[in-house]
Amino acid sequence: MAKDKSEVLEGLIEIIVDETGLDAAAITPDKSFSDDLDIDSLSMMTIVTLAEDRFEVEIPDDSVKDLSTVASAVDFIANA
Amino acid sequence: MIEATPTRAGSQILGVDGVRGSEVVTNEQVAGPIDSSDEWIRSRTGIVTRARAAADVTVLDLAEAAAGRAIKRAALTPDQIDAVLVASVTYFQQTPALAPQLADRLQTGGAAAFDLSAACAGYCYGIGLADSLIKAGGATNVLVVGADKLTEFVDPTDRTISFILGDGAGAAVVGPASRPKIGPTVWGSDGSKAGSVGQNLDFRQAVATGVWPTLRQDGPTVYKWAVFSMAAVAREAIAAAGLTPGDIEVFVPHQANLRIIEQQVKRIGLDPEVIVANDIVETGNTSAASIPLAVERLGRDYADQGSLGGKLALQIGFGAGLAYAAQVVELPNTAIPIERKSRG
Ligand SMILES: CC(C)(COP(=O)(O)OP(=O)(O)OC[C@H]1O[C@@H](n2cnc3c(N)ncnc32)[C@H](O)[C@@H]1OP(=O)(O)O)[C@@H](O)C(=O)NCCC(=O)NCCS
Repeated sequence: MAKDKSEVLEGLIEIIVDETGLDAAAITPDKSFSDDLDIDSLSMMTIVTLAEDRFEVEIPDDSVKDLSTVASAVDFIANA
Repeated sequence: MIEATPTRAGSQILGVDGVRGSEVVTNEQVAGPIDSSDEWIRSRTGIVTRARAAADVTVLDLAEAAAGRAIKRAALTPDQIDAVLVASVTYFQQTPALAPQLADRLQTGGAAAFDLSAACAGYCYGIGLADSLIKAGGATNVLVVGADKLTEFVDPTDRTISFILGDGAGAAVVGPASRPKIGPTVWGSDGSKAGSVGQNLDFRQAVATGVWPTLRQDGPTVYKWAVFSMAAVAREAIAAAGLTPGDIEVFVPHQANLRIIEQQVKRIGLDPEVIVANDIVETGNTSAASIPLAVERLGRDYADQGSLGGKLALQIGFGAGLAYAAQVVELPNTAIPIERKSRG
């Protein structure tokens, strides 16, 4: 069953804040992880692992490179 | 009837020291063949330089120099050492082992001696074994050496691991104590991930193909394991010692990557004020040598505050195997002045 996207977004923002120290308000769905939020591959790996735990989903390594924006990650997690 | 040896209440680390390869290799020097850069290597690993040994220095030479210094720090003489454990993955011979030759060079007078192969977990495996041996009465003073000359297995064109690797040896002398000053060792392995870091060819394949074996890794797999699985192991080791993360005063993880270390501090829940070893920045990853070398550096870094002796340190080794071991220890006196010769 698909998860509620606004709940996923909220949870994901919490994880990103914890990992990067960014201001939650700066993390909006349209933001690109690498270009806008300056999240590198290692931080992304941490975020993905924490998201897998929190939302009880599996995000295969191959799929991670397709998750370029916050919205794409929310979609993936909500539909996983 | 068979009589048992008397057991002991505890063991302690009496002295730690080490030597690094004498050549300082910068990021610029390794970046070219792998299309990398100083900026990339610094930001992903924290490494600024790595220490590499000269071509004519052997892993036995490094081990001997480190061991000699550790025995002096412990205020013992080599003949008081009755067991020598050498953790190394960069010695070329299956047999004879490195440890008996080291025991002989040091003039221990025939100490029991054997090698152990647990890669970057080797030193913590050794400390765990030494603690058990001493408590069980199997040995009195145990020399634990982590020695690796990783450059023997470096391929300058390999992007996965070669750029992080350095050379060195670190050693500890472990002896009896009236109460435990080494906590229970939490150790284990995950051989299902054996392929994620290690030699790319075994020696038979190397001879058949004429290609010297070098190291490779699947960085992301190792990174995730090192951060998340090892944080859980570290918490177990703290709990096994009857402590909480807030009790840890010094954190000395295997020096693989500064980003891993920072994540571990956070995920274990250590006090933000904890003293954190960061020898990785200058020395690179020296496998089994990295933890004792990091302790040696902390001793120098904190020399103006006296000794770190008695402080509660969490040490955790993890790497190829995959294999891991963690324990909480009371650090030995790190302030004993010892004349510093040129590096190995
Ligand atoms: C090795 C390590 C630094 C690689 O970092 P990473 O972010 O996981 O690298 P990835 O393989 O995911 O690649 C990410 C990007 O960096 C690039 N890259 C990989 N290695 C590179 C290198 N040495 N130099 C420059 N760029 C590199 C990749 O090409 C990729 O680029 P792209 O996004 O444009 O495709 C990291 O995985 C790590 O430290 N892992 C732990 C390993 C460890 O400590 N092992 C020792 C244990 S004993």
